[in-house]
Amino acid sequence: MSGPSSGCGFLMSVVVHGDLALNEQEKDLNQRLRRLYPAVNEEETPLPRSWSPKDKFSYIGLSQNNLRVHYKGHGKTPKDAASVRATHPIPAACGVYYFEVKIISKGRDGYVKYMGIGLSAQGVNMNRLPGWDKHSYGYHGDDGHSFCSSGTGQPYGPTFTTGDVIGCCVNLINNTCFYTKNGHSLGIAFTDLPPNLYPTVGLQTPGEVVDANFGQHPFVFDIEDYMREWRTKIQAQIDRFPIGEREGEWQAMIQKMVASYLVHHSYCATAEVFAKSTDQAVHEELASIKNRQKIQKLVLSGRMGEAIETTQQLYPSLLELNPDLLFMLKVRQFIEMVNGTDSEVRCLGGRSPKSQDSYPGSPRLFNSPVHKVEMEVDHFSNGVSESSSNGFLNGSSTHGIDLEECDGDMVDSAQSKRQLCGGSQAAIERMIQFGRELQSMSEHLRRERGKNSANKKMLKDAFSLLAYSDPWISPVGYQLDSIRREPVCSTLNSAILETHNLPKQPPLALAVGQAAQCLSLMARTGSGSCAFASVDDYLH
Amino acid sequence: MRNDGRPIPTLEVSAAQQQIHLHTFFILQEVTATSRHYVDRLFDPDPQNVLQGVIDMKNAVIGNNKQKANLIVLGAVPRLLYLLQQSSSSLELRTECAVVLGSLAMGTENNIKSLVDCHIIPALLQGLLCSDLIFIEACLRCLRTVFISPVTPVQLLYTDPTVIPHLMSLLSRSRHTKEYITQIFAHCCKTPEHQTVLFNHSAIQNIAPLLISPSDKVRMQALKCFSVLAYENTQVSMTLVNVLVDGEQLSQVFVRMMQRDKPIEMQLTAAKCLTYMCRAGAIRTDDNCIILKTLPCLVRMCSKERLLEERVEGAETLAYLMEPDVELQRIASFTDHLVSMLADYFKYPSSVSAITDIKRLDHDLKHAHELRQAAFKLYASLGSNDEDIRKKITETENMMDRIVSGLSESSIKVRLAAVRCLHSLSRSVQQLRTSFHDHAVWKPLMKLLQNAPDEVLVMASSTLCNLLLEFSPSKEPILDSGVIELLCSLTQSDSPALRVNGIWALMNMAFQADQKVKVEIVRALGTEQLFRLLSDPDTNVLMKTLGLLRNLLSTRPHIDQIMSSHGKQIMQAVTLILEGEHSIEVKEQTLCILANIADGNTAKELIMTNDDMLQKIKYYMGHSNVKLQLAATFCISNLIWNEEDGSQERQDKLKDMGFVDILHKLTQASDPNLCDRAKTAMQQYLA
Repeated sequence: MSGPSSGCGFLMSVVVHGDLALNEQEKDLNQRLRRLYPAVNEEETPLPRSWSPKDKFSYIGLSQNNLRVHYKGHGKTPKDAASVRATHPIPAACGVYYFEVKIISKGRDGYVKYMGIGLSAQGVNMNRLPGWDKHSYGYHGDDGHSFCSSGTGQPYGPTFTTGDVIGCCVNLINNTCFYTKNGHSLGIAFTDLPPNLYPTVGLQTPGEVVDANFGQHPFVFDIEDYMREWRTKIQAQIDRFPIGEREGEWQAMIQKMVASYLVHHSYCATAEVFAKSTDQAVHEELASIKNRQKIQKLVLSGRMGEAIETTQQLYPSLLELNPDLLFMLKVRQFIEMVNGTDSEVRCLGGRSPKSQDSYPGSPRLFNSPVHKVEMEVDHFSNGVSESSSNGFLNGSSTHGIDLEECDGDMVDSAQSKRQLCGGSQAAIERMIQFGRELQSMSEHLRRERGKNSANKKMLKDAFSLLAYSDPWISPVGYQLDSIRREPVCSTLNSAILETHNLPKQPPLALAVGQAAQCLSLMARTGSGSCAFASVDDYLH
Repeated sequence: MRNDGRPIPTLEVSAAQQQIHLHTFFILQEVTATSRHYVDRLFDPDPQNVLQGVIDMKNAVIGNNKQKANLIVLGAVPRLLYLLQQSSSSLELRTECAVVLGSLAMGTENNIKSLVDCHIIPALLQGLLCSDLIFIEACLRCLRTVFISPVTPVQLLYTDPTVIPHLMSLLSRSRHTKEYITQIFAHCCKTPEHQTVLFNHSAIQNIAPLLISPSDKVRMQALKCFSVLAYENTQVSMTLVNVLVDGEQLSQVFVRMMQRDKPIEMQLTAAKCLTYMCRAGAIRTDDNCIILKTLPCLVRMCSKERLLEERVEGAETLAYLMEPDVELQRIASFTDHLVSMLADYFKYPSSVSAITDIKRLDHDLKHAHELRQAAFKLYASLGSNDEDIRKKITETENMMDRIVSGLSESSIKVRLAAVRCLHSLSRSVQQLRTSFHDHAVWKPLMKLLQNAPDEVLVMASSTLCNLLLEFSPSKEPILDSGVIELLCSLTQSDSPALRVNGIWALMNMAFQADQKVKVEIVRALGTEQLFRLLSDPDTNVLMKTLGLLRNLLSTRPHIDQIMSSHGKQIMQAVTLILEGEHSIEVKEQTLCILANIADGNTAKELIMTNDDMLQKIKYYMGHSNVKLQLAATFCISNLIWNEEDGSQERQDKLKDMGFVDILHKLTQASDPNLCDRAKTAMQQYLA
């Protein structure tokens, strides 16, 4: 029995090849869907990508990654009609949704070519063609009629047959639908469509085969041009939104928002000029703004130790009353120490060749204490356990080799920048000591205030930096990026402002956030225009 | 008398009018008093005061049409032009003068007329020779405003041949020169001659880069230039397809301008450019940029969302685009419900607008005719080839009624378009049999034919030809309405198209007609006119006249009757044509007539006794063209047919003349039809 085995081998090679092609197609699909429907949050509302093997009548067969549909019933009477729905309903946040179906075969001769392309709601009988029942809509190939939840069709478009590409477009802004044939729009077919419809096809003739394109391939019809028109319409609507008699107030309000934004982020010079030229009062003393500006500058340049110190000087009770905030700042300080930017390690951090000479011996030196820290981390997290300490061990040995190699060459400045704690032995020791303090602070906090998963994760992530020979290219290396200073900076800034009874968020950010929230709420409640009103479009 | 071009305003009011105008007079006097002050200052001896006066005048006229009219009446224009042209004037003064003139031009059409009458155009064109850009821009701005007015004769741009090349050289000087000059070109290119002048001065190369200008206005005006340049112009269109703008083909630039987020005017104008290029043969009709872009764009322009003007232009352009191509007609017929969308064009002014909004009613009324004629044109184009589309059109709500009432509308444009539409639909056998008859379209059509300009007559008579086809149920009532006289008069027209249609209709009418009708046709037309038509310089007329003769000379009694009364002239005419220089088709048709004559009982003798004619038939039996051989053989076959009186004698005579030998030879012919025909004829001898 050699036949089956060789056949099996062939099959496997086909599968492998298919996988490669599939990946390529998958990539294309994802890219196209993202471009077409940027406002859709696929975690909440996934887009249809294929026909559903679970949501079909038994006379329907699926193949080619559930994109090809063929009919396998008798096809004698309308009782033999069979449909299949896509895996997911069309999300409202698409704004405009489109898919195409290519007629591969119109089916066996001698039969009327019943074939319907359209939409249906979940639960609509699949032993029917789309359009025949309530919440079901279809365009039929045999007579070119449209069926709007009814057994009788209306004259709509031309007939279609083998080789034709039929497209179906759902406009979720005005809840209408039109079809296309070979790239030509046929005009509105349905109005007042209900939400959450699924792409659907129905067949009723033996031998009928159709292929769907949910974005796997470029569409024949220029749907993006249609979308452009609706984007323009929606944006014109927004631009023309009446603000009525409050026009004067409107301007004052915008000026106020801008001023408060500037003050919030302590752009004191700009804020001062702006306030003066728009005739506004600033609700914070200039000195106070300058203080905040000073602290922010320190945070943003990575000088956390100084930032904490300055904060404690200027706002004595702030960090005492906010131990979590202090903890966050200290964790950041630890990260900046690893980075070599914190003031405490910078003053220790000589970058002379001498300190580099001492490297070869160093791994062992800082090995044990850090290991100890790791072990202690393990104590309150089972999840980390062995793998992290393994990683650490491996990492440290590689580290040693790396450094030896570096030693051979003349170390250039770019490389020295990327050395742990700026490359100073004393700095490393200070960092390790600081780590211990941080550890005990964490334990103290836990005892005092109970478990805090955010704090725990923060500390674990920070300590994980030491598990890699080159923390900058490690999976946790993102923490070292200077952009990570910004959330720390804004949290601290907000805390300071709150103690002065000032809003912890500027009204401008609040408004932007609210607009974004509104849009996602619109997506959830089925208002398609949210697709063409991205907040980002207005921030540039 | 001062000789500075200053008129002395007089107000002469007759005694009778005096009282009525008294009130107006005082107001006018008041206004002119202040206006007079502005004009007076233009004559101040101190140039500095003059400049200040012009600047004050500028501020006074902005947006004030009454003030503008007053200043013109008071003679400000000649003085301003004088100052503008004087080389002794400072550049600043000259520029301000151009600005004020530009402002005056912004007023009413009467203002423009006055300015043109004062020869403002040559003065401003002269100003363009100055080197100062600001002054040039002010002159161009004023020229632009004057030229885009419908009251300005565009020819004034072309009078001086140095003007166009100079404008081309100024084109790229600044954003404003680009905008104003392209706008002038776009408005002043109205004839093929204008197109050629602009083309010869490198308009395409100079304007193409402006299509990607950062300024919307410049892009739009440049695009308009291309649409007027390419219209029905093969040379321009062929050049355009090869133009690259920043490495991109021009057609692709136009396609981008048709994107749906672009301003409607831009989409529409870009679609026009591509349409004109396509109709000139520079772009194929199956090119994606036509089928998938231009056509859908134009259909969108017909939608209810567009302004009435845009819908008119969209429909007219679309009709023009697809006129010669059935595939485009098919695609358009199912695109976005176009056929039913057009039905809306007939609903203006709508009943709502009359009640709610007088302004809207006025607007609707103004465009109602234009909308209707555009819709008729588009229907005509849609239905010109495809039977299914015609059916779809006739089934549109009230379609036939709309055509019928369109045929008798007061607007000539609507009447012409309606009859074009009717003509297009009349190509359908089914529609002739059904809807045309049901709606008695022949009645308004006949009425239209009584008194209409030639272009309407051509369409109407052409439609009538179809209505007179033998299977058309309208044929009978039309005959009863005294159409023959009318058609005969058409054959005397100076227009070849009308002569063809007249004789064509008579030809259709004579097909299988009663003896009475045939006699009536011959009588009404008169043999003299018939023979005049047989020597018509237009081959179409000749062919249809021969066709008429052939239809008249069918069935034996008719043949004999007509030949007995007109035999001599007909034989003469046949001889003349066979001897003359004519196409194969004409000669074939003539030989067919001869064959019909040979089929008559008594008529035969007219051929048998004419040896010259028999020699001619012999000659054509041996001709190199099979069609002529066939027709000639057919004729002989009729002459020697057995069952008729005197057949033996005829056979003998023809045998003596050597026809049997020829027939024998033809039985060996390679053409099966000819071979069969010869064999059948030979059998007559054997029987």
